[in-house]
Amino acid sequence: MAIEKDNARPDASFNELLQPVYHGKKITDAVNTAEDKWLLLPAFLKIKGLVKQHLDSFNYFVNVDLKKIVRANERVVSDVDPEFYLKYLDIRVGMPQRKDQNSLSTEITPHECRLRDLTYAAPIFVDVEYTRGKKIVIHKGLEIGRMPIMLRSERCVLACKSETEMAKLMECPLDPGGYFIVNGTEKVILVQEQLSKNRIIVEADEKKGIFQASVTSSTHERKSKTYILTKHGKIYLKHNSITEDIPIVLVLKACGIQSDFEILQLVAGADSRYQEVFAINIEECAKLNVFTQQQALEYLGTKVKTSRRPMSPRLSALQEGLEALATTVIAHITVHNLDFREKAIYMAIMTRRVLMAMVNPQLVDDRDYVGNKRLELAGQLLSLLFEDLFKKFNNDFKTSIDKVLKKPNRTNEFDALLNITIHSNNITMGMNRAISTGNWSLKRFKMERAGVTHVLSRLSYISALGMMTRISSQFEKTRKVSGPRSLQPSQFGMLCPSDTPEGEACGLVKNLALMTHITTDDEEEPIKKLIYVLGAEDISVISGHELHALGSYGIFLNGTVLGITRTPVKFVTRFRNLRRKGRVSAFISFYINHHHKAVHIATDGGRICRPLIIVDKQKSLVTAKYIQVLKEGRMQFDDFLRKGLVEYLDVNEENDCNIAIYEHEINSTTTHLEIEPFTILGAVAGLIPYPHHNQSPRNTYQCAMGKQAIGAIAYNQLQRIDTLLYLMVYPQQPMVKTRTIELIQYDKLPAGQNATVAVMSYSGYDIEDALVLNKSSIDRGFGRCQVLRKNTTTLKRYSNQTHDRLDGVKRDQDGNPILKHAILEQDGLPGVGEQVSTGMVYVNKQVPNNAGDNLLGAQGGPTPSADDYKDSPVIYKSPEPSYIDKVLLTSSESEQPLIKVLLRQTRRPELGDKFSSRHGQKGVCGVIVQQEDMPFSDSGVCPDIIMNPHGFPSRMTVGKMIELISGKAGVLDGSLQYGTAFGGSKLTDMAKILVDKGYSYSGKDMLTSGITGECLQAYIFFGPIYYQKLKHMVLDKMHARARGPRAVLTRQPTEGRSRDGGLRLGEMERDCLIAYGASQLLLERLMISSDAFDVDVCGQCGLMGYNGWCTTCQSAKNVYKLTIPYAAKLLFQELLSMNVAPRLKLGDAF
Amino acid sequence: MVDYSRSRRNVVGIEHDRVTNVSSTDFPGYYPGEDHSWNLNKFKEKFRTHISYLTDLSCSFDLIGVDTSIANAFRRIMIAEVPSLAIEYVYIENNTSIIQDEVLAHRLGLIPLKANPDYLRWFKKDDPDFEPTDYDTVVLHLSAKCTTNSNAPPGTTDPKVLYNGANVYASAIQFEPQGRQSEWFPEGITPANPDILIAKLRPGQEIDLTMHCILGIGQDHAKFSPVATASYRLLPTIEIIGPPLTGELAQKFKGCFPKGVVEINSNGEAYVKDARKDTVSREVLRHPEFEGRVKLGRLRDHFIFNVESTGAMTPDEIFIKSVQLLKKKCQMLRKFDLRT
Repeated sequence: MAIEKDNARPDASFNELLQPVYHGKKITDAVNTAEDKWLLLPAFLKIKGLVKQHLDSFNYFVNVDLKKIVRANERVVSDVDPEFYLKYLDIRVGMPQRKDQNSLSTEITPHECRLRDLTYAAPIFVDVEYTRGKKIVIHKGLEIGRMPIMLRSERCVLACKSETEMAKLMECPLDPGGYFIVNGTEKVILVQEQLSKNRIIVEADEKKGIFQASVTSSTHERKSKTYILTKHGKIYLKHNSITEDIPIVLVLKACGIQSDFEILQLVAGADSRYQEVFAINIEECAKLNVFTQQQALEYLGTKVKTSRRPMSPRLSALQEGLEALATTVIAHITVHNLDFREKAIYMAIMTRRVLMAMVNPQLVDDRDYVGNKRLELAGQLLSLLFEDLFKKFNNDFKTSIDKVLKKPNRTNEFDALLNITIHSNNITMGMNRAISTGNWSLKRFKMERAGVTHVLSRLSYISALGMMTRISSQFEKTRKVSGPRSLQPSQFGMLCPSDTPEGEACGLVKNLALMTHITTDDEEEPIKKLIYVLGAEDISVISGHELHALGSYGIFLNGTVLGITRTPVKFVTRFRNLRRKGRVSAFISFYINHHHKAVHIATDGGRICRPLIIVDKQKSLVTAKYIQVLKEGRMQFDDFLRKGLVEYLDVNEENDCNIAIYEHEINSTTTHLEIEPFTILGAVAGLIPYPHHNQSPRNTYQCAMGKQAIGAIAYNQLQRIDTLLYLMVYPQQPMVKTRTIELIQYDKLPAGQNATVAVMSYSGYDIEDALVLNKSSIDRGFGRCQVLRKNTTTLKRYSNQTHDRLDGVKRDQDGNPILKHAILEQDGLPGVGEQVSTGMVYVNKQVPNNAGDNLLGAQGGPTPSADDYKDSPVIYKSPEPSYIDKVLLTSSESEQPLIKVLLRQTRRPELGDKFSSRHGQKGVCGVIVQQEDMPFSDSGVCPDIIMNPHGFPSRMTVGKMIELISGKAGVLDGSLQYGTAFGGSKLTDMAKILVDKGYSYSGKDMLTSGITGECLQAYIFFGPIYYQKLKHMVLDKMHARARGPRAVLTRQPTEGRSRDGGLRLGEMERDCLIAYGASQLLLERLMISSDAFDVDVCGQCGLMGYNGWCTTCQSAKNVYKLTIPYAAKLLFQELLSMNVAPRLKLGDAF
Repeated sequence: MVDYSRSRRNVVGIEHDRVTNVSSTDFPGYYPGEDHSWNLNKFKEKFRTHISYLTDLSCSFDLIGVDTSIANAFRRIMIAEVPSLAIEYVYIENNTSIIQDEVLAHRLGLIPLKANPDYLRWFKKDDPDFEPTDYDTVVLHLSAKCTTNSNAPPGTTDPKVLYNGANVYASAIQFEPQGRQSEWFPEGITPANPDILIAKLRPGQEIDLTMHCILGIGQDHAKFSPVATASYRLLPTIEIIGPPLTGELAQKFKGCFPKGVVEINSNGEAYVKDARKDTVSREVLRHPEFEGRVKLGRLRDHFIFNVESTGAMTPDEIFIKSVQLLKKKCQMLRKFDLRT
């Protein structure tokens, strides 16, 4: 039983969706199941939340996996003292605590960690039992390290907190959680997509005639990949630890199946087609003179790669072979008492799959099929990491107690506990380092993975949310294959079809759809028992003949065959009924693969699944009655699950079902009904109104741009001190909403404004998607945004007792602060609210001169005087002034004073700022026009934005046009309209509202030119469209240089805006000048304005001298002054250093 | 086809897909043999005005018989050039609210002030040495503080009850007369609307600031514009062509227009009652049964002005000022001999 208990946080906002009156729908209104079954979605999200997959995975790790790991590594024994042992009895993770010893309260909030650059971590406690002398001692609650805690997980202080409690903790109730805070930065462990483990994948290379079945075995100890492949029509086993490919019959013989007939039966059954193809392999084995198990094992043993530790004894070939077969080949099938039968059957089935592919090349698996993929989440990754660290911890502990126990005469009784705590820092540091750098290096799997974690992007609420649902693929980005990148039909409902980046990661980085769940591992044992109870025949008593007999289906539990059944449909139906009744976990999937004659049962973690309504006898089980009860709040999503009205299906089981999208589509074969079609989109794509009317790439572009939109990022946005924060001053919720917007509560943290748009040509400054902005709109606050930038200063302590310090204000003769120090206060910190402009000091730090030497500290020396310090102030550099928003003075984990200064700029839109609608239509501001010059409608409305109509024909963003009409209808009607995908407000209804309010049905109005005062000759498409201001602003990009810094090595101007670099006249521009013949301009641009350098060249030897003297010829004769680029001079000298003498031949120029 | 017949010369044609005949043609040399030179008497004869309604905040009036350029000039001047008083400089002594200084200043700037601008002179912003005087600067003060309301009934969550002074409204702005300003502005200078929300506070937060208001024009910043909107529309015309529309057709015809535009008489025939009420939605042009049965248009020289004041001045004042300003501009042009 793993159905989750109702641990939903009492979230007011989600409850709102279920309130008696919500968006005009009253509880008493007639319930229409066809329309109202979408209410299951908020109910689902209320229980699950948007990042539930991360939280589930982390909770599973902390509650279950951690204990499993400890149980697997529970004993530490000494090599020296056989009496000694230490046994871990239990492991627990506490609540997050502050590390400071002398703090009043140990409770810590995530927000404090963010501000103080701390790690949000909780202590890991173990109960141990060990020997002290002759006694056995039990010690409880021993701290062995600190575990970073995922926000909003069960261990987090935010778990189950109400909105007001969250506010007290300075936390945003809309923040999804699911990330870690390590050293003050928010880190996300992205979901990793992998090929499923312990499953057979059959592939074919038809050109080369190679067929192979491979399986990646993964256990706690090792990971290995085993192949069974064809070579010249014969079948071999290939494994990394075996030097050459072994004939498959030989391997099966080594497994103890000595009879050729039995082998043939196991692999090919009674089917003569397969027998024919396979026969040659038996011959192959006979040729090698291998007939018995012993011979086979010896043969195998000679081919095994051995990497023994120097101390261990040499093994015979037989033993080597046995060990390899038992532990490394197909490692996930464990061998007890040298009974290889199970493994033999597994390999026989792999071989059969190869045979099937050989006979019918269509019977291969698809690597890109979502059912063959598993998603690895934070919990799994952390568990790998923790096991590695825990093993190392135990190892270190063992060596350190060995060291002590070695000593023959100890004065007092040895207490192992004193040694254990020394190493606890390793676990803490190991975890912190892995999460903060993203490098997952595991010794036992020789795994080295970089870029696992990312800094949570807080550009906008959407970007943070989008990051939590992101899935990154292990596939290489550089390879140019389309398969893994293209849209898979099996992604339907699981992964968002729109939300993927453009460019190199296109199709490799995906996003979860709105209504998905990722499974965690479930216990296999009870299912195994159930399989036999439900009438499966045990595989151990089955012969090959029976296994492949007509009508018998193998039963596979997580890819391993357990038995057979002759009534697969009945078997699966019974299992499904058990699941619907809640007798087995809801996330176990059962499905039949008729090609493979197999019933598959999956309990493993990382499968994507989604809930669907069950259809029985052509009727949806979720009826109006239930929806009514749901609306009244008397039922929750889990109750639907428990009642067997709704169930989770994973991709494989979906294949076994017939799912109707709408209720009227249900026919006699329908098994399930979709809850809501718009859930095939993800959270980010869900913002787009009418996406089903847009050209598909436009939706993808919007998914990328929605993450760059400036808006409100969280309720605690003004409490945060982030490196860079963009906020909009007056954000608005969109006039045209979607259901998704309400569900993810984008309407509470919006990023954009409803601009009145006129689609017309105006002024010629609107070509190439440029927008015309109304100056008065800007004056009134349209597009106004704030940029907050952080500066962190630490006052370091040095080993010689000196430390950095803050100095006060320098004053001139009149006692006024000097201009540079104008905003400083007595403590050397800036005043909040002061304006700081270029060149001003805002943290007046001083650094000791003698920080390096230790002399002072050793002598206990005199107190440092003023001239022992040199100024090291923080100077403001940007050309635009900022205001001091906040000054934070605190201390970090290492007790060093930490000063954070937040600088604020408020910006109004200007020429070149980037804007975008929600339809992938971006544009920069081309001109800002006075209001009186703007066209106006009969009612006197001026547009905020004028957009060029040329943006429409090629982009085909019909959704944008419908958004405008719906928005206009909403404005006139005083209502918010919906643009939900595959639904939303109907265009005809909107046109009706427009006509009723005295406007044209088309949304086109008669406008008057503001310049001439005459009517415009065309009707103008005119209405509100939600516009986002994107983070790319001219102020951050503008750059020009006349003179400036040069690079040290080449003396050429530096590169890039941040270094005040030059603007490069590149190769192509150079080619133009050459072709044109502007030689003097070329000379000026490439040398005089860049790195002209006067050298003395000796006409005699052609080498460079100096001061009119040639050192090679030892003479001043024939030395000429010459101007060449410094880079050329450098090249000559570098060549000289490599024993190449470039000689210049001089001649008269003209 | 553009209709040049004498009767439709003055009518802007409304087709289902475009607007025709938008420019005026009554200037000399356009129609051969006709005299269209400007003539004061002719103008006096044709020019008419009519005021539909006038309140303190908005008004609607007709200008009939003027050229588009003149009407548009009034509109433009009302929006952009009629001077009004607005807060320009904000000296913040204390602001502990969550609203940032710049944003607060921006919000204050947009508050329309009730003040007669005629008593003030221009403040020379460009001159760094220019000192503000009582002739050109009005000083306002705002101080607000939020405290906990100890009398609040337990369990309340409404911040307005829970705290004293949780919301700061424009009414909190105090006029501080300088020099002779108390003579010029005996009623003081107050925000046009006292209920404009400036900021929200919580206990312990405080706002204390001084504001300097100066004269400015809408061209410089929208806050100086005395109108919320000033625009005009042309008088619509509806002409039923051919035999009268009766029965169901008449009902449908009526339904194509806003209420009161088309009515049905006792004979069951549709007739145009009040074309002025039409919003020119062109709905009637959408239906094939009315094709060729109706001609929509707008009178090019009949402007229905709509002026909404921000509250600083009454709409009629604003319009009169725009006329004065246009006059002044013309006089300016006259002074220069354009031929040299």
